[in-house]
Amino acid sequence: MDKNAKYKIADYVIKSALKNGASQVAVAINDNSSRRIEIREQKIDRLQESIGNSLSVDFYVDRKFSSHSTNLLKDKELEKFVKEAIEATKYLSEDEFRYLPEEELYYKGGAEDLRTIDPDIIKIDSKTKIDLARQVENEVFGTDERIVSVTSTYMDQVSHMILADSNGFRGESDNSYAGLVAEVSVKGDTGRPSDYWVEYDIFYDKLVKTGIGEKALERTLRKLNPKKIKSGKYNLIVDNMVAATLLSPFISALFGSSLYQKNSFLDGKINTKVASDKLSFIDDPLIISGLSSRHFDNEGLKAIKRTVVEKGFLRNYFINTYYGRKLDLPPTSGNISNIIFQNGTLDQNGLLKSVNKAILVTGFNGGNCNGATGDFSYGIEGFLVQNGEIIHPVSEMNITGNMNDFWNTLAAVGNDPYPYNSMQTPSLLFENTDVSGM
Amino acid sequence: MYLKRREFIRLSGITMAGSVFIPPLLQSCNRIPVSNDAGAYLDHFEVSPEQLHKVINTAMEKGADYADLFFEHTVTNTAALQDNKVNSAYSDIQYGVGIRVLKGEQTGFAYSEDTSQEAMLQAARTAANIADSNSPQKELKIREFQPPSFYSIITPWEEVSIKEKVPYMTSLNEKIFSGDSRVNKVNISMNDSSSFILFYNSEGLMTWDYRPMTYLAARTIMEENGRIENTSVSRSYRKGFEFLTEDLIDGLAKEAINETSLLFKAGKPRAGEMEVVMGPGRSGILLHEAMGHSFEADFNRKKTSIFSDKMGQKIAADFITIVDDGTLPNDRGALNVDDEGIMSQRTVLVNNGLLTSYIHDRISAKYYDVNPTGNGRRQDFRNVPIPRMRSTYMENGPHEKEEIIASVKRGIYVDNFSNGQVNIGPGDFTFFVKFGYLIENGKLTTPIKDVNIIGNGPQALADITMVANDLQFSDGTWNCGKDGQSVPVSLGLPTVKIKKLTVGGLNA
Repeated sequence: MDKNAKYKIADYVIKSALKNGASQVAVAINDNSSRRIEIREQKIDRLQESIGNSLSVDFYVDRKFSSHSTNLLKDKELEKFVKEAIEATKYLSEDEFRYLPEEELYYKGGAEDLRTIDPDIIKIDSKTKIDLARQVENEVFGTDERIVSVTSTYMDQVSHMILADSNGFRGESDNSYAGLVAEVSVKGDTGRPSDYWVEYDIFYDKLVKTGIGEKALERTLRKLNPKKIKSGKYNLIVDNMVAATLLSPFISALFGSSLYQKNSFLDGKINTKVASDKLSFIDDPLIISGLSSRHFDNEGLKAIKRTVVEKGFLRNYFINTYYGRKLDLPPTSGNISNIIFQNGTLDQNGLLKSVNKAILVTGFNGGNCNGATGDFSYGIEGFLVQNGEIIHPVSEMNITGNMNDFWNTLAAVGNDPYPYNSMQTPSLLFENTDVSGM
Repeated sequence: MYLKRREFIRLSGITMAGSVFIPPLLQSCNRIPVSNDAGAYLDHFEVSPEQLHKVINTAMEKGADYADLFFEHTVTNTAALQDNKVNSAYSDIQYGVGIRVLKGEQTGFAYSEDTSQEAMLQAARTAANIADSNSPQKELKIREFQPPSFYSIITPWEEVSIKEKVPYMTSLNEKIFSGDSRVNKVNISMNDSSSFILFYNSEGLMTWDYRPMTYLAARTIMEENGRIENTSVSRSYRKGFEFLTEDLIDGLAKEAINETSLLFKAGKPRAGEMEVVMGPGRSGILLHEAMGHSFEADFNRKKTSIFSDKMGQKIAADFITIVDDGTLPNDRGALNVDDEGIMSQRTVLVNNGLLTSYIHDRISAKYYDVNPTGNGRRQDFRNVPIPRMRSTYMENGPHEKEEIIASVKRGIYVDNFSNGQVNIGPGDFTFFVKFGYLIENGKLTTPIKDVNIIGNGPQALADITMVANDLQFSDGTWNCGKDGQSVPVSLGLPTVKIKKLTVGGLNA
């Protein structure tokens, strides 16, 4: 479905909604296509292609609000969809804070192209993609007798979205990615550890296509035959690929909904010290070819680069217009984009050598964080490190603490931001964390 | 972003979504005769047996072994209460057909959101590419399978307006607020969905299902002397509007108040290994994570599961029997027929300590040359079916709960969880304890909360030394995630004692 066809549907829904009693309406329409090829034991294990459309509509009937989505987009279906949604909305209670964003907050268009789509991805033929996935598997297949399974995957997706509302906002965004993944399992004395490696890019040509299987195997073999170590307080060096697990509850505590629902351990802490001075990060939606770059968010608000934490001081929350009104706070955006850290000087190896004894955490297993109090506890796996050297793998242990204290123990930040996540976390060194083992 | 595949379970928190929309049933016209039930589903998706057969033949044209069509139309509604008012509502409609083609263990898959013949044939040609020879066209033979009914309902959600749900939500809100003066905020969400499923495969099997699902959840925030604690409670069943009763509301309100109140007294235990007693009901999360996922036959077929060489072996004490069951009436994990057209059943996974069955889909059952167990499940028509649990529980054992607690010198008692996870290969599993107690010298003492517990599946199973005779099922809103697909499940357990697990906590 091209852009004009989407705007045509959006205009039809807006017109129909206003005619049927809505006072305001916002429409998002998305179409995407994706392909996935999995290779296992030298054969195509799964070949999957998807093409989908979706429409979601926010209805404001006076100050009553409801939101509805459907993938049935024919005119006759939409007319019924709109009428029934508006009828249902009338049974709800009014909420004085429910209305579309104020005019001045919208993205007005005309900004630089963020280059978030590779239109050529869909032109790459299936054979090329299958060959690529095979090549990833071939890097390691049969190279080590301890291997029990190697799966390699090629995947790509192209998506186009438009957002339009009854205030006259119109915006569109296009995104793509191509990725290659290898997952390896090996057999040890006590279990069958597995690990993976992934490469990923907006542009097919820039996608790293070699070394993926080898890295996955190397990461898996080093995990063979782990030991549990004694409970105690340990320094933790958290690998850049997984550090986002620890940042997520911190970010969740910054959302307007969490603040309003008293589910935030960072409530009331704006411009106060919430972490060690080593922690500084921004939310930057305007990076050219950033994986989560955008000119406007899901409400149409103009994307702005903002400091979130500056040398341990909290500077901004993530507030959409609804919770902004309820909390009497200025709206920023209700969604994160690219979270970019102020990097340190050392790479992960440098961090390992900077401490006498530590646990290098390379994976989390379950666990959770109480959003209201910040109390957390997570399962970990990784390696015991002494004098800068990896001694042996460790597993079946937990870390436990409180997010308020924990971020104040951040002693160093690596120079290795992980590029394939919205939260581009570098490796992080925390001091004296409670670890439970034997 | 690529997410590493992890198998997990969690209780739904507050998610949101009012209106209902079903396409009109068409009048059946001239075609191959089918039963009224089959005809109604064919009409619902505006397709004919001839069309389905043509699509299947196209899917098989490159020499596949098998192909199936999974039609789905799901309507989901959520109403949300915030600030004492039901002031937002959400709905979602999903409609389409997934076309799957198998060649040995290989899968070709595509879906279409349009059930016109042309669109379905295009998707079938895509999926057919997994095979690379040719096969003769087959004659049309329909074998109808009328599935059993494990979730009969009185009033379908399609007939219920949001207006009728609102009073139950406001009543629950009032009961929680009036139950304790420390209650500061309450969020309630009421969710229902109805799925219409039509299945047809290259063996001529035609079956169908109507799947209702509902949950009611409340998140309660209490404040005492500046300290804030919160709890989410929920109930979920495959039921219609009759799900909503005063008893349900009373039970949820009491649970919300009791469980949130207890948290103010709770702290963290000391870190380390200790005996763990798991109370009846929600502790079924242990089976789901520590054993259930590792018994899923895809992991075993691929040799990545730690149980892949243990079939027929003794893996637990004689008094331990573990079951995965799709036949519990109106249960969240119940299925009349799985998503591959296989009738649901009660599958004994561990019988008196012996590993007797994996959890199978069609691919793995063929691989192991056993009958499928009715565990082939998919999140929706956009995804391929894979082996998944339904309701997983342990049968009663020979001990008494009091006897079990009294046998522990130093350990913890837990029965309230928010989520769990497992790493299939190493077998390490975790569950996050929302609330529990220390056990000291055979007695429950100080309350504890917010700690993760980690153990190793085969070891933990072997370490279950006592099982009580008090099996309970959890009717919470459990969602199980695997390969990026979420499906509803349920679980249950009698009180059990595990010799040793590693408990998250503080060090002196």
